[in-house]
Amino acid sequence: MTGGEVDLITRVSDDLPALQIAVPLLSAAVCLLVRRARAAWTVAMVVAWGSFASACVLLSRVVESGTISYAEGGWTAPWGIELRIDLLNALVLLVVTFICAIVLTASLRSLDQEIWSENHHKFYALYLLCMTGLAGMTITGDAFNIFVFLEISSLSSYALIAQGTTRRALTSALQYLVMGTIGGTFILLGIGMIYMVTGTLNIADMALQLAALGPNRTVLVALACIGIGTGIKLAIFPLHIWLPNAYTYAPAIVTAFLAATATKVAYYVLVRFVFSVFGEPLAFGELRLDAVLMPLAIAAMFAGSFVAIFQDDIKRMLAYSSVAQIGYMVLGLSLASVSGLTGGLVHLFNHAIMKSGLFLVMAVVVLRMGSTRLDAFAGLGRRMPFTMAAFVVAGLSLVGVPLTVGFVSKWYLVMGSLEAGLWPVAVLILLSSLLALIYIWRVVEVAYFREAPDEAPDVEEAPISMLIPIWVLAGGTVFFGIFTSLSVGLASAAARMLLGVEL
Amino acid sequence: MFEGGLYPYWIVIFLMMTGLYVVISRDNLVKKVIGLNIFQVSVIMFYVAMGKVRGGTAPIEAEGFTVFSNPLPHVLMLTAIVVGVATTALALALVVRINEAYETIEEDEIRELEREEEA
Repeated sequence: MTGGEVDLITRVSDDLPALQIAVPLLSAAVCLLVRRARAAWTVAMVVAWGSFASACVLLSRVVESGTISYAEGGWTAPWGIELRIDLLNALVLLVVTFICAIVLTASLRSLDQEIWSENHHKFYALYLLCMTGLAGMTITGDAFNIFVFLEISSLSSYALIAQGTTRRALTSALQYLVMGTIGGTFILLGIGMIYMVTGTLNIADMALQLAALGPNRTVLVALACIGIGTGIKLAIFPLHIWLPNAYTYAPAIVTAFLAATATKVAYYVLVRFVFSVFGEPLAFGELRLDAVLMPLAIAAMFAGSFVAIFQDDIKRMLAYSSVAQIGYMVLGLSLASVSGLTGGLVHLFNHAIMKSGLFLVMAVVVLRMGSTRLDAFAGLGRRMPFTMAAFVVAGLSLVGVPLTVGFVSKWYLVMGSLEAGLWPVAVLILLSSLLALIYIWRVVEVAYFREAPDEAPDVEEAPISMLIPIWVLAGGTVFFGIFTSLSVGLASAAARMLLGVEL
Repeated sequence: MFEGGLYPYWIVIFLMMTGLYVVISRDNLVKKVIGLNIFQVSVIMFYVAMGKVRGGTAPIEAEGFTVFSNPLPHVLMLTAIVVGVATTALALALVVRINEAYETIEEDEIRELEREEEA
């Protein structure tokens, strides 16, 4: 290589944080211009897998040499907008870009069925825009920027949900839009209040100023506003009412994508504000956030799983199960200890893998059977053995069976509650897992032990383009259940960093 | 910042609660969207009130002027206004599609239709 080439490569790789946002944003416009479904898909695939590769590079760099700070346009913080990547958001970015890429890989066949082919290039443009917003929210170091990226990802996700095949997709999208906008506006209000007392929008600078300032009423109100705002986007019980409809009536691919990314990034934003900006003493000492979040988290774990048991539509059942799983993540946050927060962050990683896998199975069932009602699963265990086996693996992981990722996250959550002396909470975690066993078992029973009706048409196994992504995800739930060093190692390092505990 | 009373903030709270009330209480989807808009506007007013300094001028350095308003919150609100317009446009587009699909934009009637569909 010549000197000039080496120079160019280092220059480009130094700009990776900015490219992570700029490339998907511009490619969304390219998708609109090419107007051909396959060409737009190819563009989106290259961009999504490229983003994943770049997220891997960024993560390895953060692990090697610490936090990366990138001054956008050369304006240095706290005046300019900073992109700041540390262990926490490098991990979240990795999850988000991976899910974007793998779901996109599986999308072709499912979209052919669910969305009119004239609209495919617009779908991919929206998908990339949503990805831009999610990646931007994750890596930005500027509070107002979080709001802007939140709205970019939200607006595109409303439009994506509205693409669903039934007319109820429209009302679900509008319901989500109304609630999501209220949430976003509360976040904006909270950021405004912090700006009022600190005079800065840079997250790191905010943290310094707030620590120097000590508790004051405006700051507490700001924390409450941001808590409610992110709570709506994250679907904390009882602010979750938009979620079941949106996930049920959205196109199957959109559900697999959003269920594994949008709520996860909202969780990241909440963690970032609670621990990095306000700090543990203020959030848990002054405002007693744990007293609010812990009961809500436990209520979510039970209410979500309990309602899931009675659903006839399996896609809707998985949506309610998401409400419960979000409860586990929030529980980890509310414990505010290294083990608890590690459990919450590991569960972010784990739940993203298993839920996108399960929803991709739903995409296959919609493709082959045309419905995700429980009756449609009759006999599928024999007729689609590979797909249903993946459902069982990911489902067991949702229950938290040892050797799967679900066990790893619940282990840390139980440890965290025992360390805090809250043994009833540990018991409740185990009990709620049994509820998950019931709703997964209902599907397994119908799929494996009930014969398909005689008049049922012959169904084939899932197309290979969907089977491979599904098995990558299902395999991931086992792989990361056994080799935990990547997920748990990073999550516990991030938790220690957030709580200011030495490594 | 607080010189001369807090009345802009009272207006903010009044607008905010009005917007939220309209969103919750109205069944007509267009009215809901308008309520949402009022809710967003209240936060825009909050930022504008925060940046204004009594007796301050636009932040242009010139002889004889020493007190300036803070331009940053005002500039931020340009972005928030764009977000608000985009949200409203998307919401109204959805309402148009809902009207085509259900032939009504009253939420109670839509809910009735959906219940019939399920039964």
